[in-house]
Amino acid sequence: MPESGAERLERTFRDAGRPLFVPYVMGGYPDIDASRRHAQLLAPHADIIELGIPFSDPLADGPTIQAAGQAALDGGTRPMDVLDIAGDLRDGPPVVVMTYFNTVIAQGADEFLGTAAEKGVAGVIVPDLPVDEADDVRRAAREAGVALIALAAPTTDDDRMAAIGEQAEGFVYLVAVTGVTGGEMTMDDRLRALVARARRHIPVPLVVGFGVRTPDQASQIGEVADGVVIASEIIRRIGDAPDPGAADAAVGEFGAGIAEALRP
Amino acid sequence: MSVNMRFGPYGGRYVPETVIGALDELTEAYERYKDDPDFLSELGVLLSHYVGRPTPLYRARRLEQAWGIDKGLWFKREDLCHTGAHKINNALGQVLLARRMGKQRIIAETGAGQHGVATATASALVGLGCRVYMGRTDMQRQRLNVIRMRMLGAEVFPVDSGSGTLKDATSEAIRDWVTNVDTTHYIIGSAVGPAPYPEIVAEFQSIIGIESRAQMLEETGALPGTVVACVGGGSNAIGIFRGFLDDPEVALVGVEAGGEGPAGRHGASLAQGRPGVLHGSYSYLLQDPDGQVAEAHSVSAGLDYPGVGPEHSHLRDIGRVRYVNATDDAALSAFLECSRMEGLIPALETSHALAHVRDAAAELRGAGPVLVCLSGRGDKDVDQAGAALGIDASA
Repeated sequence: MPESGAERLERTFRDAGRPLFVPYVMGGYPDIDASRRHAQLLAPHADIIELGIPFSDPLADGPTIQAAGQAALDGGTRPMDVLDIAGDLRDGPPVVVMTYFNTVIAQGADEFLGTAAEKGVAGVIVPDLPVDEADDVRRAAREAGVALIALAAPTTDDDRMAAIGEQAEGFVYLVAVTGVTGGEMTMDDRLRALVARARRHIPVPLVVGFGVRTPDQASQIGEVADGVVIASEIIRRIGDAPDPGAADAAVGEFGAGIAEALRP
Repeated sequence: MSVNMRFGPYGGRYVPETVIGALDELTEAYERYKDDPDFLSELGVLLSHYVGRPTPLYRARRLEQAWGIDKGLWFKREDLCHTGAHKINNALGQVLLARRMGKQRIIAETGAGQHGVATATASALVGLGCRVYMGRTDMQRQRLNVIRMRMLGAEVFPVDSGSGTLKDATSEAIRDWVTNVDTTHYIIGSAVGPAPYPEIVAEFQSIIGIESRAQMLEETGALPGTVVACVGGGSNAIGIFRGFLDDPEVALVGVEAGGEGPAGRHGASLAQGRPGVLHGSYSYLLQDPDGQVAEAHSVSAGLDYPGVGPEHSHLRDIGRVRYVNATDDAALSAFLECSRMEGLIPALETSHALAHVRDAAAELRGAGPVLVCLSGRGDKDVDQAGAALGIDASA
């Protein structure tokens, strides 16, 4: 039997022996080719790549990712285009796809996850599908061999942490701040306590994201968690670049800097 | 839990994990207080002495003649509620809940501004800070309500994303809530959003149906043949329908925004949408084949919404309520007819319900008296309707 997405993700954590770097790329931003290129430029530095499918009403996202998603949609990006990018990345680090639930509903969970599996996607993150609403999608994901990556937040109580832990596979995405993406996290006792509390209930690796911007922050998170997601900051650097060449350079340079910060 | 989380397959809680705890807290508070004598007495006193309930049942004799509704056309006068629409029924109930939950800050979304005004009013009354998210397009077309909210001490926060209308304001309010959930209660204005909101809003609005059922029996000795209400998210409609759901002989009709007509843009989620998830609940939704949420269109900001409350989706599927639509033009002409024949300037939202009664009079008259939820008054709409109808204040 071939290795499942969950097994592949969990092996990636085991093999690395250090905290993982999980950069986020919004599929179709600033255009489809550029987003594929950015993912490829990040691949040598990344342990897992998170690839976003743009959605019209992204409730968990702050202004940076919202605007990038809208630009991708305005450019005509469709979910299949993003899954195609995942297919092009299959020889690199494992890809997890970030998608809002309505995109999955529109295609049907079985078909969406089946296509994702064909494209070599290891996991999907659905930020508006909490653990107690996820039974159907989880079943479809297991059938397809794709890990359904759960999220946990600072407001998640112990009972829910346990419920998330019971179903978790691949890794769990621990939201560092009470808020949307693109804010500013601070490494403090509260966050340390959150990670420790999550560890008591969740048996799979913990990846921390939301508001992580700098190599310093990444390395602080690396001291307590198994990985770090950086999203809005990468998009911001792409947006600030004067031309596509500069954006490519900025992405590669930023990725190298974070990877360096996470090395023991 | 004894609070309805689903209506058939519709509803649920499709929101970021961060706010699930707050939804649990709200569910528990609602369960604890919905039958609590102190809560009910505080709300009851406010509804009678502050809102002006019960609102009257009024027989619109001139329109009934003009439109040929020979068994009687009755209006449930929610336009006479303090602040000018039914929205205050829910805003007061939720603000009292928020205070009992110890929240210090209120947020809301608004389309036409009626829910924003109601929430600003209720927040002022209990002394809680209030921020209202409103699309920039709606701020322009509902200018008067923006001024009212600001006079009431609320902060009106313009939303530029998307089409700058109710959908975008709701998304932004939810993002605020995700960020400030510990201190803040989000008062959703319609029977939409994640559970338990659709049930809570419907229950606070069900007073419309409870009162009007008793009033119809008192005035006419019988139940109405048909109850008609406009549907955006659907709070006034579910409020009045809940009074009659167990009376199978009463036909229930919800009127969605037909916008520019069959070939154009519209807000008729139940007629032309398919089920999907927006703003935390599974319900009929205007969307493209990929699931991207479509931009709705209506002359009335309150119906300009691509989703609809989950209970309406269920009532549609089981056939208990029939959902139809009325175009912008039909609503505008009904707006003018009601103003000139009854001396009642109705809200543009409400005018959709009136337009259907006029245009379907031939079929409605046979079924008995027609009861319309006159959900709000049209003071807020005079700029926009005046421009559309060529009526201005020039000397």
